[in-house]
Amino acid sequence: MNAPIKWLATGLSMALTAALVATPALGETPKRGGILTYMIPADAPPSLDGHKENTFATLHATAPFYSTLIAVNPENPSSTTDFVCDLCTEMPKPTDDGKTYTFKIRKDVKFHDGTPLTAADVAKNWQYIINPPEGVSSARESYMVMVDKVENPDPETVIFKLKFATSAFIPALADPFAYIYKKDQLEKDPRWFEKNIMGSGPFKFVSYETGQSMKGERNPDYYHKGQPYLDGFVAIFAAKQSVRVDAIRADRAATEFRGMPPSARDQLVKELGDKVTVQTSDWNCVNLITPNQKRKPFDDVRVRRALALAIDKWKGAPALSKIATVHTVGGLVFPGSSMAPTKEEMEKMVGYWPDIEKSRAEARKLLKEAGAEGLKFELMNRNVDQPYKFIGTWAIDEWSKIGLQVTQKVLPTGPFYDALRNGTFDVTVEFNCQNVVNPVLDVAKVLPKSVYPENYGGYEDPKLIELYNAMLHETDPAQQRIKMRALEVYALDTQVNTIMTPWWNRILVQRSYLKGWKISPSHYLNLNLANVWLDK
Amino acid sequence: MTAITTEPPVIRRPWYGSALRFARRQPLGTFGLIIVVVTAIAGLSAEWIAPYNPTANDFAAMTEPPSAAHWLGTDQFGRDLLSRIIYGARTALIIGFVSAFVGGFAGLVLGVGSAYFGGWIDLVLQRVMDILMAFPLIIMALAVVAIFGTGVQNVIAAITIPLIPRCARVVRASAMAIREVPYIDAARTSGFSHPRIILRHMVPNVVAPFLIMLTAFVGQAILAEASLSYLGLGVQEPVPAWGLMLQGGAEEYASTAPWIAVFPGLAIALTVFGFSLFGDALRDAIDPKLRER
Repeated sequence: MNAPIKWLATGLSMALTAALVATPALGETPKRGGILTYMIPADAPPSLDGHKENTFATLHATAPFYSTLIAVNPENPSSTTDFVCDLCTEMPKPTDDGKTYTFKIRKDVKFHDGTPLTAADVAKNWQYIINPPEGVSSARESYMVMVDKVENPDPETVIFKLKFATSAFIPALADPFAYIYKKDQLEKDPRWFEKNIMGSGPFKFVSYETGQSMKGERNPDYYHKGQPYLDGFVAIFAAKQSVRVDAIRADRAATEFRGMPPSARDQLVKELGDKVTVQTSDWNCVNLITPNQKRKPFDDVRVRRALALAIDKWKGAPALSKIATVHTVGGLVFPGSSMAPTKEEMEKMVGYWPDIEKSRAEARKLLKEAGAEGLKFELMNRNVDQPYKFIGTWAIDEWSKIGLQVTQKVLPTGPFYDALRNGTFDVTVEFNCQNVVNPVLDVAKVLPKSVYPENYGGYEDPKLIELYNAMLHETDPAQQRIKMRALEVYALDTQVNTIMTPWWNRILVQRSYLKGWKISPSHYLNLNLANVWLDK
Repeated sequence: MTAITTEPPVIRRPWYGSALRFARRQPLGTFGLIIVVVTAIAGLSAEWIAPYNPTANDFAAMTEPPSAAHWLGTDQFGRDLLSRIIYGARTALIIGFVSAFVGGFAGLVLGVGSAYFGGWIDLVLQRVMDILMAFPLIIMALAVVAIFGTGVQNVIAAITIPLIPRCARVVRASAMAIREVPYIDAARTSGFSHPRIILRHMVPNVVAPFLIMLTAFVGQAILAEASLSYLGLGVQEPVPAWGLMLQGGAEEYASTAPWIAVFPGLAIALTVFGFSLFGDALRDAIDPKLRER
């Protein structure tokens, strides 16, 4: 078996395993009734508005109330290419050389106040998401760069016209934050949804106690007939892991939907045995170690290469996976994707060499050439245990093996972001965490700040942008993969703009009576609970 | 004619005589002193007595229970807990002693100065002290760390600042009584400078309560450092520090690898206990009212 096929097979088998683990035994018929209680591992979200926010805290609390145009298939969420209609009637075939997508909207959808949902609502929401009016913020504006305009020729049709054909469009459209709000309300006061909830999803809003809990009840008029199976849900906010683990242990909650560290999984499985089930998946999140190229000596590529060469990912990943929510060595692209590099391709890049002694010898040589032997610097990190601090501690030990003396500066989230944005750091642990696996857009994180505002490396590089655009506009999958490799090699090997750490591993422990829910590569996906049921 | 001296002969007691007397009269205090001394020796000689590099990860030995190879077991990164506790003693003592001494001496100067000068200087200084003392030590330390950030220097500053008013208040009370005694008036009328009166005549008379307080401060500072580190606001990984070790182990490994949290917790408790016992005994030994009890 040649290498790409072998890796594709590995990815598919991983996805299949995750799906099989989660799939209810054949013949299991969903039962109606019951209230699902689950934990949200966060404090109160900044607002309830999906269009504005980026945090899972908003999504985990509000997704059951809303519909979206399309979504990842809730029966196969681990797939990176399986998308299904939620509000549309059929997934469209693109026309106009891949530049036009025409969606027909269901006629049987009602908002929770009883008014019908039409294509006009869908179109207006997407127009606001893509081109928000002044004073309104859209967190997903940059994901939709390929869209030229959204049209609504009749009450059943929405047409997306693209500037250029791209495979990134459909995954971007399946964004779980892209709730469809009521058009009239959106036009009257776009900020109304920051504090209020009114959707057309499987559950109707009951109550919200800020930072405490969110409650919903079954929507009897839900358009996917027979769903939802639950009578309602209670979501409890608890930022502390010990509280969440205790809640599951004592059966005060059935699960959480973000992810737990291996130690919590081991603890719950040890204590509860078959009363809990475990689902795991590669996670579309990764920590990056990014040098600030506006600071010396990190403007010298030899120093950046040395930082990458010192870290033994192949040995570190399996060890770290026992204590932290990381697992898989990967490149720029999510490891489960067909666009991801093979092991052989990775092993040619700095920081992935199979012979770590040779790699570290090269690192020492480069440091000497750059006059940076015994370099002392500060690694900035975020005050989040999993997996940020584990990654930081591991990297510091790896760097000590080439004589670097690194201390760690851990900052709370607010000051951490301030420092990132102001560039007041030497080297930082940061992250790239996306929802729908959409490699073409997900890798935009490495583009300079002028193109991608959340890049903190402090560099400008026209060649990098050129390589990215070539890949973005390529519609042939094989060619696109080749161009992705060129971008990856340039960003990770030639320039070493950032250092990838092992990709995250999503581990969920759930009470065994919780059925129907399947894990996906993102904690942002598959959260409307329509197909979840309780076997009690 | 032979001169007859009437001066009594000077009896020089051996140095260990005082120590033995202290040990006999203050067995608990001696026990406390032994803990302090052992901790200090561990911290000072960590390079020679620690069996492993305290920051080196060993993925082949992750979360190993106590064994012949690792007497206190290993943590989640495979680091030897005994080595980290020995090096952690250094972190605790550096932060504890520096915070206590800097805070104590600043408090001594402000307290004696405030009592000696009196008037508006005393009024202003004491109101400032009142404001600072309105906050519990750990809250004040949290505020300082929140402003200046984490790291050893900032943690020392965070603990030092709230110790200053506590020392100044006690020292001022003792100094106020001394200010009124005739020899201070005599010194003033003899034209001695203020610094001379303060340093030569007042400070020596408040040294006893000051030293007692200093031992208590070291214990408090070690506890405050551990608390800040436990909250993630003190020193940071991979620096070996007891509070940080406790934080790393308590929540995630309490049931699967309890030794990760138990041993650093014991180290903190024993050391603070040692300073507390020693401080109490020192007070009993120095205070004339308690000396003969």
